[in-house]
Amino acid sequence: MDDLTIRLGVQELIGEYAERIDEDRLEEWPDLFADPCRYLVISRSNHEAGMRQGVMYAATRGMLLDRVFSIRRANLFEPHRYRHVIGPIRVKSVNGNTAVVHSHFIVARIMHDGVTTLFATGRYLDRIDISATPYRFSGRIVVLDSDKIDTLLAIPL
Amino acid sequence: MSQSGLTAEHGVPWPSNGISEIPFRVYTDQEQYRREQERLFKGPTWNYLCLTVELTKPGDFVATTVGETAVIVVRDADGAINAFVNRCVHRGNLLCLERQGNVREFGCIYHGWIYNLTGQLTGVAFEHGVQRQGGMPPEFRKEEHKLQRLRVAVLGGLVFGTFSDVTPDLETFLGPDVTRGLLRVMNRTPHVLGRNTQVMPNNWKLYFENVKDTYHASILHLFLTTFRINRLTMPGGIFINQDGGNHYSFAKLDYQAEDQEYKNAGLRSESEFRLRDNSVVESVDEYGDGVSVQILTVFPGMVLQQVRNTIAVRVIRPRGVDKTELEWIHLGFDTDDEAMTERRLRQGNLIGPAGYIAMEDGCIGGFVQRALQYNDDGAGLVMMGGHEAESQPFRASEAAIRGFWKHYRALMGD
Repeated sequence: MDDLTIRLGVQELIGEYAERIDEDRLEEWPDLFADPCRYLVISRSNHEAGMRQGVMYAATRGMLLDRVFSIRRANLFEPHRYRHVIGPIRVKSVNGNTAVVHSHFIVARIMHDGVTTLFATGRYLDRIDISATPYRFSGRIVVLDSDKIDTLLAIPL
Repeated sequence: MSQSGLTAEHGVPWPSNGISEIPFRVYTDQEQYRREQERLFKGPTWNYLCLTVELTKPGDFVATTVGETAVIVVRDADGAINAFVNRCVHRGNLLCLERQGNVREFGCIYHGWIYNLTGQLTGVAFEHGVQRQGGMPPEFRKEEHKLQRLRVAVLGGLVFGTFSDVTPDLETFLGPDVTRGLLRVMNRTPHVLGRNTQVMPNNWKLYFENVKDTYHASILHLFLTTFRINRLTMPGGIFINQDGGNHYSFAKLDYQAEDQEYKNAGLRSESEFRLRDNSVVESVDEYGDGVSVQILTVFPGMVLQQVRNTIAVRVIRPRGVDKTELEWIHLGFDTDDEAMTERRLRQGNLIGPAGYIAMEDGCIGGFVQRALQYNDDGAGLVMMGGHEAESQPFRASEAAIRGFWKHYRALMGD
């Protein structure tokens, strides 16, 4: 597989990820992951210290589906949406069926009353399964620049 | 109590001498907030500082806060743990700007004043001037200047500090029940699995009350009932100490029956109300006593939780009358194998800023705060389970909240 094909496939996956979250198509979000997988939202300070506890963690697609169902049916919070802006996508290496990909993001949070704030910034550290199209995340670590989360984290980043 | 003379003689008025009607203005009044810093956080209370495992070697330090006050905790050359206010005696500059580290001494970056690990001033830059000009006056003696000390106590690997000379010793302050509850959870050597800080748009007391509120849990947090988990919960209870401010509540779980329930559920047809992956709640009875939830508080700002196999210290840090930072310090123990660590991490989805049974607590206080904005006359009611603050063998009660107000009123003198 040539380099450009991989880059396009990776870009499509990462764009699709942001679109499914930001357009409130959360039910389709777990489909972007392999099963088992590793999805972890963690602060930079925890990650750099080698600590593994984050704020959101899934090891299987089932856990991702449970997260979506809980957001929809079990958890109570004020309605809000995100807007992801993804920076340049860097394919760091390709090894067999796995591409290691880094990108960075900022996420604005738009509350139901229109109040918009900068909610999170950070990096995506991805392992992407490129053995079939469309590509899927076998691992996505969301490294948050800040230790602090305003109010709560309901929707995945 | 250096500033108590500057604060008003009386705080927010109360409707009665009781503790089951809480005037709303205690959550909105700026002067009340200032009095709380003096009388509670700097008063006769024990405040969480750090873990002993963060201070293993001489010179290991942690910079933290007690209430709003910046504090340094450090292990000295003799192995003792010292705590002092993070403020240079010279011009009041922050001495220590890093959260954690190891030092031989503390030096102020502003004018180079130096303190040893007991907080004693040992060096003053250009103390004798330059070329016999300038310098400190002859009566100045370094020995007479030291950083403001806190008393320190350690229990179960947790380090506490108090500003007050009259605070009773830590175990007396906690009372026998809460001491027992703390030592039950902290029965091994802990390590930090990770930290998170949640910034909440509400007065600190609204969060502390929420933690002590055993009434709301099954109503506000729909996760467990939605997924039909935890129906096997057996009765628990609440222990409240004499002064009222410290407590722990607990509930038992029939672990074996729950395990069987999962297996049976797996045989039945897939329900949309079933978790697709049970590992987020699959727990082991690591304390061997059947208790699956124990929530413990230490007045005025610490929580120690065991929710199934998640262990965490939560520190409540007031940051203004309507802002609170809540630090979650997630713990594992030296006896954990990889399976236990993975279990704790998966169950970690239950707690913290994104916790299935905790995220609502991050916003509910803000909703109250918003409702009270310029509308803080009157009083709220905390009468579930009576008007007193005594230990109870059931949890449909607000007794632990009343305990908070009992201790609060005693220390605030209102």
